[in-house]
Amino acid sequence: MDAVAVAHREHWGRIVATLIRVTGDWTLAEDCAQDALATALERWPRDGVPGNPGGWLMTVARNRALDVLRRAAVEDRKLREVAMTEAPPAPDDRLRLIFTCCHPALALEARVALTLRTVAGLSTSDIARAFLVTESTMTRRLTRAKSKIAAARIPYRVPEGDALGERLTGVLAVLYLLFNRGYDGEPVLADEAIRLTRMLGTLMPAESEVSSLLALFLLQHSRRHARRDASGDLVPLDKQDRDCWDRPAIAEAVQILHRTPIEGPYALQARIAACHATARTPSDTDWPSIALWYDELARIQPTPVIALNRAVAHGYAHGPAQGLKLLEQAQEIRNDYPMVIAAEADLTARAGDNQRAATLFREAAAATTDGPERRALLTRAAELQP
Amino acid sequence: MKYMMFVCTDTEPETDESRVPDIEVWVAENDAAGRRLEGNVLAPPSAATTVRVRGGEVLLTDGPFTETKEVIVGFDILECADLDEAIAVAAAHPMAHGGRVELRPYADL
Repeated sequence: MDAVAVAHREHWGRIVATLIRVTGDWTLAEDCAQDALATALERWPRDGVPGNPGGWLMTVARNRALDVLRRAAVEDRKLREVAMTEAPPAPDDRLRLIFTCCHPALALEARVALTLRTVAGLSTSDIARAFLVTESTMTRRLTRAKSKIAAARIPYRVPEGDALGERLTGVLAVLYLLFNRGYDGEPVLADEAIRLTRMLGTLMPAESEVSSLLALFLLQHSRRHARRDASGDLVPLDKQDRDCWDRPAIAEAVQILHRTPIEGPYALQARIAACHATARTPSDTDWPSIALWYDELARIQPTPVIALNRAVAHGYAHGPAQGLKLLEQAQEIRNDYPMVIAAEADLTARAGDNQRAATLFREAAAATTDGPERRALLTRAAELQP
Repeated sequence: MKYMMFVCTDTEPETDESRVPDIEVWVAENDAAGRRLEGNVLAPPSAATTVRVRGGEVLLTDGPFTETKEVIVGFDILECADLDEAIAVAAAHPMAHGGRVELRPYADL
């Protein structure tokens, strides 16, 4: 039934988050949320959907938790606390939940799985399928993470003061990993990453990097129908059919960026993505702006990959000579990252040295393992040296 | 919550560029705050004796129970509200900067 599925998506995280706060028991919280949904599945088609589905589910889940605890003869104090959650759940419970799920004392893969299970409410079997492991492996991973939270007493709270910034960076890294995993082939994970980031944004409206990350996701996701050709191969940005891009998503991202200050790397990445997304044709791309954003990004994150992208951007904005000069800063990854050679080849071709460019394209092709990419590089070499 | 903090060497120490805290200050501060219940430096592994009882017989081995290059050089028993507090205490220990420190909660029995 649709209403139950919708209620599941909208209310799962809040119900689980509140039950964890009042019972301290992660498994009990999940089981009771699950039971409440099963009850809804049985009753709503018969009795109609309640006026406040979230409140209804919360009450049923809370009563279920109370039953279980009563039977387990938990001390009165805890029972009273659970009974007292008649009041609407405190708004920051989901925030506590997401910060605890992403605690750095848990393994990264456990953080990702736990976030999907307890905050997003995905089933263990769906998470297992998305990460290409068996359901029993995923169940073990989740159980181990929950045991560690209890045994090591990982606190159920949002960190304060100096710790907040550091820990928020960790939460955003989990969302970023989730999105990229989705982008590379499990669309459900990209959708969940966007949904979770949206939720985090409403819970922490003052954190600009959360809004920037949401904008970045929306911009990348807007190309999902244009990124691959009929045979499933990746289509480069300048060859994509821009009519297939998701315009409403791009418009939302641009609006978010208009009201979001630039205070971190995601803000810069999102602005670069927006320059691409708002160009009607590849030749309309605002390369000078992209080059400036990359200058900023390279200053706060001086990594060779960013140096590579910066060199490419400057190559388009200020000519191939400038691009080739900046590419020097990316040469240390030349052996692991054939894109460096391909970028050098492209800049060399645009500088007019076709023979050397063709040699470099062939060198890049030889170092590339991806079939379609290698074919594309060899085609470029053949065009330059017929 | 009680945590046993194992203070260990690291065979591949990467020099930490931040200023390494002073052990005397660390001990004084955490003792005063009631977070450090006990602790000491241990004699080297060459002084260790491993004891097993098998088939009613006491078997002794000269040396530590594992042959690793990392060595437990000391320990502290911490009393902290939660893991975040224990992590803050551990991160302020000088050996966290050149060696490594393991936090193990007491089992909840």
